Amino acid sequence: MTTSPPSQLPPSQLPLSARAAYWRGFRDASPFILIVAPFGMVFGVVALDAGFTVAQTMAFTIGTYAGAAQLAAIQMLSEGAPLAIVILTALAVNARMAMYSAALAPHLGGASWGHRALLGYLMVDQTYALSAMVYDSHPGMTLGAKIGYYLGVASLIWPVWVSATLVGVIAGNLIPDWVPLGFAVPIAFTAMIGPMLRTLAHVAAALVSVVGALALSAVPYSLGLLVAAGLAMLTGAAVEGWMLRRRGEP
Amino acid sequence: MTVSTTALWGVIAVLSLGTFLLRFSFLALIGKRQLPDRVLRVLRYTPVAVIPGLMAPQIFLPSLGDTAPDPVKLAAAAATLLVGLWSRNVIAAMASGIAVLALMTWITV
Repeated sequence: MTTSPPSQLPPSQLPLSARAAYWRGFRDASPFILIVAPFGMVFGVVALDAGFTVAQTMAFTIGTYAGAAQLAAIQMLSEGAPLAIVILTALAVNARMAMYSAALAPHLGGASWGHRALLGYLMVDQTYALSAMVYDSHPGMTLGAKIGYYLGVASLIWPVWVSATLVGVIAGNLIPDWVPLGFAVPIAFTAMIGPMLRTLAHVAAALVSVVGALALSAVPYSLGLLVAAGLAMLTGAAVEGWMLRRRGEP
Repeated sequence: MTVSTTALWGVIAVLSLGTFLLRFSFLALIGKRQLPDRVLRVLRYTPVAVIPGLMAPQIFLPSLGDTAPDPVKLAAAAATLLVGLWSRNVIAAMASGIAVLALMTWITV
């Protein structure tokens, strides 16, 4: 896979061998175990509590492989929302993946169809964030090294996520009935919100989302949430545009 | 949950396929078309536009049969959000929320 001898690289450059990039990705992903594992367990516990079978829980976690969307779907199903709305909401949570896909395409688009399908399936916040960072700071990486790095990250994150879900399923059976699990999903989601509020645009989007969802909570079929989310996305984009224009002007 | 087994498997299948297509979309289309910046900018805000709205009614609206929001839930949610904002750490935020939830439940029982 190497196209030039490693000795030509400055010391700060990633080695170009796909194998070395793979292990570097695997190492870089290790701190994320602390985030992925508890979330996987929460999903396992909550899914079982909501009435999913073990097979359904594991099929969901392996097939969708997107924790926030999985929890959103369970929340909406527990509320008795229509299935079409459950699906639309969960896919809306995952719409950011299309953005990741567009951002990674210039780097990974040259891979074979099979590789691209595999890389696509493995795309989560962690694979995207780590890979995008490394690709941008190491312009000399070959396609093989880029794929290697991405797969290195994924081959730590995926097994941790799937096995943590399984642990959650098993632990969920051991948790006594009197422990109130009903509020576990709102806590898990609310915990994600704080770290998301990085800019004024994110704060504005979150506020519109909350106010809109509360104001429209009487709209049937949980459609109010989708309307509120649409307005919130436009608000975030508009505020970002406004901030960029402001910064651009002296 | 009142959904039939078949419907649940259907939801799992459709969400798995739909999520894969979202991920594969631009990896598959490379060279043909890039998303305009304006569209990317809107997509960037999907999680922060959906998740707070999904949670708000759970936290702020009274549950069936109640007339006021549950102070235990409000306190737990506030602790979770504040610790998340301050620490930027999802796990620390979750732990704080669960701790407040457990403490308040224990006090009010």
